[in-house]
Parts: sequence; structure tokens; C-alpha cells
Amino acid sequence: MSEQNKQQSTLLAWFDKRYPLISTWNKHVGEYYAPKNFNFWYFFGALALLVFVNQIVSGIWLTMSYKPSAAEAFNSIEYIMRDVQWGWLIRYMHSTGASAFFLVVYLHMMRGLLYGSYKEPRELVWLLGMMLFLVLMAEAFMGYLLPWGQMSYWGAQVIISLFGAIPVIGPDLALWVRGDFVISDVTLNRFFALHVIALPLVLVILIFMHIVALHQVGSNNPDGVEIKKYKNNKGLPIDGIAFHPYYSVKDTMGAVFFMTLFALVIFYAPEGGGYFIEAPNFEPANPLKTPDHIAPVWYFTPFYAILRAIPDKFLGVVAMGGAIAVLFAMPWLDRCKVKSIRYRGISFKILLTILVVSFVVLGWLGTQPATPELTKLAQIFTALYFMFFLVLPFTSKNEHTKPVPERVT
Amino acid sequence: MSTEEQNNVSVNLQRRKILTGATGVVGAAGATFLAVPFVSSWQPSEKAKAAGAPVNADISQLQLGQMLTVAWRGKPVWVVRRTSDMLGGLAPLDGQLRDPASLESIQPKYCQNPTRAIKDEYLVVVGICTHLGCAPLYRPAIGSPDVGADWQGGFFCPCHGSRFDLAGRVFQSVPAPTNLVIPPHHFLTDYLIRIGEGPAEGGVA
Repeated sequence: MSEQNKQQSTLLAWFDKRYPLISTWNKHVGEYYAPKNFNFWYFFGALALLVFVNQIVSGIWLTMSYKPSAAEAFNSIEYIMRDVQWGWLIRYMHSTGASAFFLVVYLHMMRGLLYGSYKEPRELVWLLGMMLFLVLMAEAFMGYLLPWGQMSYWGAQVIISLFGAIPVIGPDLALWVRGDFVISDVTLNRFFALHVIALPLVLVILIFMHIVALHQVGSNNPDGVEIKKYKNNKGLPIDGIAFHPYYSVKDTMGAVFFMTLFALVIFYAPEGGGYFIEAPNFEPANPLKTPDHIAPVWYFTPFYAILRAIPDKFLGVVAMGGAIAVLFAMPWLDRCKVKSIRYRGISFKILLTILVVSFVVLGWLGTQPATPELTKLAQIFTALYFMFFLVLPFTSKNEHTKPVPERVT
Repeated sequence: MSTEEQNNVSVNLQRRKILTGATGVVGAAGATFLAVPFVSSWQPSEKAKAAGAPVNADISQLQLGQMLTVAWRGKPVWVVRRTSDMLGGLAPLDGQLRDPASLESIQPKYCQNPTRAIKDEYLVVVGICTHLGCAPLYRPAIGSPDVGADWQGGFFCPCHGSRFDLAGRVFQSVPAPTNLVIPPHHFLTDYLIRIGEGPAEGGVA
């Protein structure tokens, strides 16, 4: 052993005696055994973490030039875009990052639905993930108010008014959230505080718990079989491979591929054709005039379309909340013992297709003006969306499944 | 229970239970008191409450059929000078409205009438949709292209498609639950309306 190596190992030993460094590394990285048959759907968890880091870093830099006041917010964004060195890039990394975050999270959730990753013993992983999704939506919504453009203002007005639809306590609750009789400087300032401190902290804690819960039960895989069932003489799963170096290398490759695409969007289509940053948001907020057509950012439009489809204020809010709430119940609504879609019956395949198509169509409808024909269409697809969750408990109970292999294929 | 405790029978568990319980109760009471300032600090500040002062709208230049927007408490308040045709068109719509007599809606007593106004000609109304708070568009023309051929004139909310007639009364089968809100107001002179203050608090109706 050379002198340098010796010194390193003693330093490590010194550290490890005072902090569970090696054991933590081994438990979660070096000796975390994941199934060997992961396909491309398994990139999106790691990518979500990558985008989260991007949001944190670019966000910290943005707060250095942004002014959270109604009088200065809009101009400070223009200052970042025009005068701050490389400010445009950091701002676009953050605004495009928000859309990228939802894209990878939706695909990550889709993976869970495809391979039954929400089923026993991973219910808690799913619930923590759903909580992450909910907090992420709040985080994105509050972030969208900060540029103080027309869409920021009226989007926030609509969403906060949703609280007002709750019977009895609603109007007081909306007033409490706004801190004023209208969306104002007060609202902007508190949303800034929540967006940059409170909710990111909650996200960090939830991400930590999501990963700890996953590593407690072990990862699912495209075959939906438990690799812990067959172990070698060292007590390690035969079909498992260590996260590092196998998946650390694979995920890094995926990350570079993703970052290339991400960079292309930032450089060539940072506003995403009006879907990532909407056109009315280049006008400063005007509390006296609503833009002629308002729509949320694309990642909220499926839920927004459900809200608009119901011709009743309170029931519309209930339906929108319910569309998210039912997802929490997935581990208990799906009563089929087989996890992966590869071995599930035709009924689940049809139902899941209906769900995904409904979600995408509702997402498109949410970007369109509310004409009577499109509202009718939104009502049909809202019904289909909820039908998935109503029918699934019955069809999944006696599903005609294919034989599941003993080990991963 | 630790091993020392298992070996030592003299540990007074009763005492621990009482101490834990008492600490818990006092701690919960303290946490409740502490929550008050944190929760209350989200309420509108004194400054925000004071900003709700009444404003005056000068309507001397307002032509028939025109609409004027003034800001009161940060919200748009519209003053619409209605023509006799517009006023005549209100009553026939009653059958298509959700709350034609304004029984469920918010307005001062002195405006709970068929035209929802102190003076029939002048509608004073808060320009905030009762659904989710967008500012509806003023579409006075019959058959306005963005609303529909059977449109008799009124207000159309672009956000979620709610429709109101020229007295701010909501149509059926739209998301908005009630008529547009009429703020307290009164006429200081023939051409000056004070918004935010009813006649009882000064001036005449």
C-alpha cells in the first residue's frame, strides 16, 4: 500500500467511525441490488431527481436577481432576461425545467401503472410518490405567479378561487391564502417564500422518504416478479445487480441523452410554442382585465379540463380534486395479484389505454377555449377517466391473467 | 423498555406516564397558542384592510351603451349606461336565468330589483365572475360572434364560459353559481357615483 493510499484509507476510517458512511453507501448504492431487466421506463426516476437538482440550482441563481414585489417582479424578470450575464439561460433552464419535471414525472407514474409498482409491498412508495406529485403541483403553481404576467395573475386568481368553492369555510379560506381581497403584492411575496423555501424543503424530505421506502422493499421490474425470492449462497438475489456500477452507469448515459434533448429545447424552443411560457405572460399583470383566452400550463390542463367540464362550481372543484385523489387509492383499487401488464388480462390493457387516452385528450381540451362542443367532449372524457377507477376493482378481481414466470426474463 | 429497566423493578412507570402526559398536554396547549400568530399572519394586514376605501366614478362622459371600469379594492367595478332597448330585453330572459330575482345573489337591498340598479339606466357591478374570479368581457351586441347567434347582449367570461345578462344575472347551465355582485354605492350627484358606500352611510339613493 502506497503512502497516499494509506492516508486515504485512514481518513476514510476516521470518518466512517464518526459517520455511517460506508454502510449507507453500500445499503443504497454499492450493494443495493436492483433487478437486472430494467428497460427505458426505469430512467425517469433518476431523471426526475436530475431535473429537481436543475430546478434548485437555477432557482437559487434566479433569486439573486428577482424581486418579489408586485411593482418590481415583472421588470426584474426582464432584467434577468436582458441584462444579467447569462440570465436568459438560467431563467430558461428553470422555466423549461418545470415542464421537463412534469414530463418525466408523468412518465415515471406511467411506469408504475404499467408494471404494477404500486402493489404490495410498494404501497407506501406509491403514496409518497403521489404526495410528491401533489407538492410538485403546488410548487409549480406558486412559481408561475412570480413573473407577475397576465397569465400568472389570472391563473392564480382562478386557482385560489377554487378554495372559495368549498362550502362554509371557502371564502374565508381563499382570503386567508391570498392575504388580501384580491391577488396582490402580499400574495406574490408569500408565494415567493413558499416557492423558494417551504415547498422545496418538503420536496427534499419526501424524495428522501420515497427512496428510503423503495430501498426497504426493493425495486419492481418489467416482469413484476420479486427478485428476493431466489437468492444465491451469499444471500443476494440471483436476478439482482448492484446499483453501482451497473445502474449508475446506465442512468448516467440516460441523463446525458436527456440533457442533450433538454439543451436543444432551451436553445431552440424555450417557450415551447406558448406551452411552457404562455404568450399573455409577456404582458404585466392587469387586475382589471382578464386575457381573452386563459389556460394553465400544459401539465395542469387535464385537471383543468375536468374542472371546466362540470357545470357546477363546487362539484367541478370536487371532480378536479377527485381526479388526483383516486390515484392515491390505486394500490387498493387494483385487486389483481399479477403486477406487470405483460401478464395481465385484456380488461386491464383496455382500461389503461382508455385512461391514458382520456388523460391526453383532456390535456389537449384544457388548452382550448370552452366552446359547447368541446365542453361536451371534455364531459365524455372526464367520465371515461373516472370509469377506469370505478371499473378496475371489479374487473381486476377476476382477471384472466397469463402465467407469471418464476424469475425475470 | 430497556434492559436496565427490565432488571431494575424499582422503575416507577406510573410516574413516567404522568410526566409524559402532563408534558404532552402543556406542550399541545403551547403549540396551539403558538399557531395563532403564524396562522393569523396570513390574514389581510391592517394596511390591506384600510385600502378598501370608497372610490368615486365620474359618469358625465359615459354615452348610452358604454361601459366604464373603475378599480375598487383592487377589483374592477363596471358602470354600464344601459339603453331602453337593453333594459327592455331583461325581463324576457327570466326563464333562462338561474336566479332571475337575485334571491341567492349578493347585492345591497336597494338593488334587489328587476334591473339590479338604483337608477335603471346605470348598472354598477363588480366585474369579477362568481365562478373563479376572472373578469368577464362586455359583449353588448346582439349575436356577438364569440358568444353565439342567440346572444342578447351581456357579459361573457372567457375563462370557463359563464354568461350573464345586462343586469349581471347568470344564465342556467354555466359554471358560475350566482349573479355578479353589486357593490354598495350611491349617487353623490347626477354624474358622480360613490362606490363602496351605501346610501345609508351618506348621500341619497
